[in-house]
Parts: sequence; C-alpha cells; structure tokens
Amino acid sequence: MDIIVTLKQVPDPEAPKETFRIDESGMKILNPPNIDPVINGYDENAIEAALQLKEAAGGKVVAVSMGETGATRALKQAMAMGVDEGILLQDESFADADAASTAYVLARAIEKIGSYGLILCGRQASDWDQSQVPSGIAELLGLPSVTAVQKVALQGDTVRVERILEDGYEVLDIHGPCVVTVSNEANKPRYPTLKGIMTAGKKQIPVWDAAELGVDAAQVGSAGALTRVSKLYVPSFDGDCEFIAGETPEEMGANLALRLRELKII
Amino acid sequence: MTQGVMIFAETSGAALAPIAKEMCGVGRRLADALGEPLIAAVVGCGVGDAAQEAIAHGADRVYVADADVLQTYQTASYCTVLGQIAEQAEPEVLLVGMSDNGRDLGPRLAFRLRTGLASDCVDLTIDAGTRLLEATRPVSGGNAMATVVIEKTRPQMATVRAKTMPAAEPDTGRQGEIIAVDVSVDAASLPVTVVERVKAESEGVRLEDADIVISGGRGLKGPDDFYAILEPCAKSLGGTIGASRAAVDEGWVPTQLQVGLTGKIVSPKLYVACAISGAAQHMAGCGYSKTIVAVNRDPDAPIYQRANIGIVGDYKKVIPAFQAKCAELLG
Repeated sequence: MDIIVTLKQVPDPEAPKETFRIDESGMKILNPPNIDPVINGYDENAIEAALQLKEAAGGKVVAVSMGETGATRALKQAMAMGVDEGILLQDESFADADAASTAYVLARAIEKIGSYGLILCGRQASDWDQSQVPSGIAELLGLPSVTAVQKVALQGDTVRVERILEDGYEVLDIHGPCVVTVSNEANKPRYPTLKGIMTAGKKQIPVWDAAELGVDAAQVGSAGALTRVSKLYVPSFDGDCEFIAGETPEEMGANLALRLRELKII
Repeated sequence: MTQGVMIFAETSGAALAPIAKEMCGVGRRLADALGEPLIAAVVGCGVGDAAQEAIAHGADRVYVADADVLQTYQTASYCTVLGQIAEQAEPEVLLVGMSDNGRDLGPRLAFRLRTGLASDCVDLTIDAGTRLLEATRPVSGGNAMATVVIEKTRPQMATVRAKTMPAAEPDTGRQGEIIAVDVSVDAASLPVTVVERVKAESEGVRLEDADIVISGGRGLKGPDDFYAILEPCAKSLGGTIGASRAAVDEGWVPTQLQVGLTGKIVSPKLYVACAISGAAQHMAGCGYSKTIVAVNRDPDAPIYQRANIGIVGDYKKVIPAFQAKCAELLG
C-alpha cells in the first residue's frame, strides 16, 4: 500500500528552555539561534509507522511538507530514515497559514500525488499544538479519520488501529483510504543510517508552488486563515514557592507532612 | 443570524459526562456575557435524562439526537449529527470539551462547518467591545500562551482543556426547551468498525479522579521506585501514582499514568512531583492542582517556579519519611 506522511519542521523542543523565543508583535514562535529545527516529533512517529508498514507489506512512502526552503531539511531527514520521496509545498502566498489554509494546501497536494491507501500524520505539532490539520485534510478529501493511535497495521485494504483512550484503547478497522494520526506511544523512530543519508543526499526534492498545485489564492496562507492570533506571550509564574526546611531529607519529609496538615491539605 | 453559545454536552452512559458539566459552566458564563442563550447538544443512545440534566446545569435549549447508531462514539456519525445541530441552531460560539472523543471530534467538526477553531483552550472570555470570543491556549507545550480570535466565520469554535473550567452546579428547578433531532446516519455507511474496547488494567483510584497524586519523572531512573517508594506513600493517603512523559517513554510505567499535555490532565488537592524537572509539557497536565509540592535534588529545577511548596532533597529519603509522619499524624 502506498502511504503519504505529512511533515512539519519545528523548532527543536529539546532545546534548553532559556533559548525559547517568540516574536510578540509578529505572533511567531522563533527558532532558537544556533539550534537546527527538527521534524516534529510526532511526525517522526508517523514516519516510523509508515516505514514499518512498508517493510511488512510493500508499497511506497512519500513525505510531503508545506514550509519555507529550509523545510527541505526535514524532508531529507525523512528520506534518510527510509522514506522514498519528499515533496516540498512552497509559495510566498502560503505564508502565515493557519490550520485551515495549511490543510487546504496539503489536501490539494495529496490529490495531486494521487496514489495512496493511507495518510499518516503526527497527532499534533510541538510548536502550535493544534492537532487540527490531519482532521482537516480528511474532511477536505472526504476520507475517514482516526486520531491519536498507538498502533497501526494493515489487513489487505483495511487499516486496523488502536486509538488511545483515557482508560485503555479501542481497536478500530478503517475500510478504504483514510487519515490516521500517530501518537508517541506507537514506536521509537529509527535514526537515519549512513547509507540512508547518502541515498537521500542524491535525491531531488520537487517543489510544488501555488500554480503547480492549482490552488485557490483565497484559501491559502493568511488569506485563507480562519483564525487570527491576537496576542502571543510567555506566561510568568509568581514563583513564591515555600521551601520546607530541615537538616536532613528525612526531616524535610516529616516537616512536609506537618506543614500540609497545618494547611489542612491532608 | 447566529445567536447563542452551543456546547457539545457529552454523555457517559445515560448521564452527562463530567466534562459536559464543565462545558455547561463555561458556556453559561459566555452566554451571559453575550446576553444570549446557552444551547446544549446531547448525542447518544438512551440519553433523554442527560438532556434534563443539561437544563439543570444551565442550558436554555437542548438538542437531543438519540439513536442506536450513536451508542458508540464514531467520528463520522457524531460529526454528521453535531454538524446538523449546529446548522439548525446557528450558534455564535461552539465549545467542545477535550475528552478522548471531543479531542477527535472538534477539529473535524470545525472543517465540516468551514469555521475557525482554537484548540485546547484554558481561558475563554467575550471581549466587551467586539463581542468576539477570545480563546487563550498554551502553545509550544506551554512555553507560551496565544490568544486566538475567529473573525470571518461562525460559529467561533473552541476545544477546551479538561479540568480548567469550573463545573456548573445543578439546579433542578431550571426550565428549558428540549428539541428532538432526526438522525439520518446509517450504521452500514460508517467507514469505521469498532472491533473492541480494551480497558487498561488498573486497581484502586483512577489517576484523574484521585485527590492525591504522587508522580515520578526521569530522575527515578527506572520503574522500581514508582512501586517501591511512590506507590506505598500514595496508597497510604488514598491517592495514586502518576508519571512524566519521560518515564512513560522509557517504558518504566504504563502510558495511562502519564500526566501532561498528551496524557492525563489532573487537578488533585495535592500533587507531589518527585524528580520531575517541570517541563511545560508536564505542567500542562498538573498545573491546575490545588497544591503542588516539588521534590528535587536540583535547586534550580524549573518546577519550583510552579510549585507551592518545595523540598530540595532526594525523594528516596523524603517520601518514606513523609509517609511515616503522615501515618503518625493521621493515626
């Protein structure tokens, strides 16, 4: 089965907290200086799931990403992991997209790719944490969607998934092409091999722009956005933490019990 | 002409789910700010009592879609029915609580209605001047907050993080209107089959219901101390244990114990975080606890910025001593 994986390149969430920066007037989350952006972690889980399905059942895995030129980096990395092809969706008019206009461009690209039995996405992106785009792609393409799964397997044309629930999971069979979002519980993404990096290095990444995709200009980028960020800020916490004293950790533990009793918390 | 605030009043069995009461609470507040009605959508099978319950919890008008095909949540069926109700009710604002199902439903419903959605909101207000919904949500795992407005389309949609809004208190004397909805979903046409539901093995108090939670993080360095140190202490106080995502990703404890952005949202009376640095991702799940106690050997751990009470010390020594003293105090 041919599988399409959607990717987003994001600022490295493992970067030290003190490097986190935003542009409060431009309403943007900035990449920390000198730290390379990475593939969104949940998208790596989606890539890994796609590669495992390919290894078990054959087919081709194509990764598609909407982003600036730098996003070829994420696509190259996906190809180094084993993804067969990468496609970059890039146009000046795609800038400042929200979930609605991003899903629209990705859906048009997926239509253009044409051949797929399954679209895998990360459950959310670690920069804006919206988890909207995959469901949007599914709705725009008229496909079933299942979100936040911990397992995905193929049984012929049926996709069997385990959707995570608060108190367990449910096993669902999805009949026909569909969109599935993968959670971090699903797998541990592989590292690219040296051979993979060499192979990926030689491959070209086609760039599809607005004209190539034949998109409606009113539905892309900021023009097609249905939401607007009116304020972006870093929250401040008062930090008036009361420290429990004691000569030894044992004494502090006992003093904690006394203090919580005094506050009527226990 | 759009009017009113609509909520997805999710059910659990025949009754309103806890998250639905939270949506009634915030929905009522926003409806009052607009001076408009609160509309609830109750969807399921055998859920007539939940409609009355929604009225008691503040709804003025309740749309009820009651059919066999709606017995189990499915994205396709619920999205179709809620889309139909929203088109009939024409609300200004539409809120969906972030339960397992609401989390899945919200985005799909927004695209069905071709409207904007603010995901995972923790604060919702109506701007007195513009009368627009101002939806505030953590981004980048909670490192920053964004306020989102939806200006071009209606309804203005938001999904709402569990346990961030006070639940409405019932008043059985309240009156409201109940409207039955025709359900035209055909079970045979649904693209997904539910094969089975598997409950995770759990004993004792559920993490999300516990009054006292003692959590461990990467600093526990393995599964042993969760069960040898944290759990006996938690159990002795009638509570349970939790974990950071790092501990779950390492495979030390089952995923159901994960507290955080993509795990459980908890708001116990007492949350004790042992050897947890306090990443925004984790604090997203426990930041609404009444009292947060941090136990860490690193005096500079970010968690002390969020904790009410701190101990700089080794949890291996602190927790057993704490447990012993509690036993003595509580007899």
